[in-house]
Amino acid sequence: MSKIKVATVWLDGCSGCHMSFLDMDERLIELSSQIDLVFSPLVDFKIYPENVDLALVEGAISSVEDEHKIKMIRKRTKFLIAMGDCAVTANVPAMRNPFGPEPILERAYHENVSTGAQIPCVFVPALLEKVRPVHEFVPVDLFLPGCPPSADTFYTVLTDLLAGRTPDVASLTRFGA
Amino acid sequence: MSVATDVKTLVIDGINVSARADQTILEVARENNINIPTLCHLDGLSDVGACRLCLVEVKGSPKLNPSCVLKVEEGMEVTTSSDRLKHYRQTILELPFAERNHVCSVCVANGHCELQSLGQSQGLTHVRMPYRNPQLEVDASHERFVVDHNRCILCTRCVRVCGEVEGAHVWDVMGRGIDSIVITDLCDPWGESSCTRCGKCVQVCPTGALFDKSKVGSPHPKYPEFLTNLQVMREASREGL
Repeated sequence: MSKIKVATVWLDGCSGCHMSFLDMDERLIELSSQIDLVFSPLVDFKIYPENVDLALVEGAISSVEDEHKIKMIRKRTKFLIAMGDCAVTANVPAMRNPFGPEPILERAYHENVSTGAQIPCVFVPALLEKVRPVHEFVPVDLFLPGCPPSADTFYTVLTDLLAGRTPDVASLTRFGA
Repeated sequence: MSVATDVKTLVIDGINVSARADQTILEVARENNINIPTLCHLDGLSDVGACRLCLVEVKGSPKLNPSCVLKVEEGMEVTTSSDRLKHYRQTILELPFAERNHVCSVCVANGHCELQSLGQSQGLTHVRMPYRNPQLEVDASHERFVVDHNRCILCTRCVRVCGEVEGAHVWDVMGRGIDSIVITDLCDPWGESSCTRCGKCVQVCPTGALFDKSKVGSPHPKYPEFLTNLQVMREASREGL
């Protein structure tokens, strides 16, 4: 049997979900016999390939770049998992939503600096007005809440999916877990 | 009236049960180990039917009825779980998540929150409605407690416990519909209100909306069962035991 092509993606999140993914430890070796990691912050591929079987997306959609990426990823992916609370609920990144991006940038880059105050505007993507969860932009096939989902949750979900079973996510994890 | 006429017999989830005429479906179901999820209900407080989580189906009625305020009737046939009820209960739980700013991962009540645990037990993995993200106040003027309106679900347990059990009626609800918020006195800062500092409201709050300042950064379980203990003790003292 050919290996299934798996990607992991890091949008507006803290990378904690990826750390928890790595916490599967030696079970990653077992999984590697069935999966090929074709794109991930954990490996060196720069371009998201076509025909990805399964993508785990960490992080909320906060910038025009995130929005562009998630739409491209959805087109090139068969099964998309919203991984962790930022992808599922927008979580901590969305705490700026009641205020809007301008006051937040003002606070971070003007009020709280003593020299060279300047709001970054070159080589950085513009922030969206509101931070939103992944499913408000593209259809999501499976939601995996948790901050982060535990390594055991990742392992159970992935082995279930590889075996063709539908994981019972609510029995494994919850918002804020 | 003889005692016998006060007893009703009915069917809940196919089980024949008997009840006193003044009991609610929720009470009778729980007496018979049938679990109906609830959020605004709390043993020891009056019922207001605010959260709608305890909705049940009654044969012959097209409406869903909140079991916490639905009195038993002779011959009733009640269903407490079905695909239809599951759909409504999930939606009912999604609405408070979408309505205010619930960020479980950074909440003082994470792991001890009834909204969070009900979401999990009812199979909620995401919220389908767009988040409103309103701008809401946090009042930390009280020397011991904080009210964070971002996490309030308007269950009114605090209002009821303060009025009915503490007898102070410091808490109330201001505004209408989606603009409703809980207030202390006439919307005065909590720290300047007529609060007796008993802390009952904090213990009955199902989320992290009301919390104890000393618990920030540490687990903050709530102990609402003090209410039933208090009732037993008050009953005993009234009877001179």
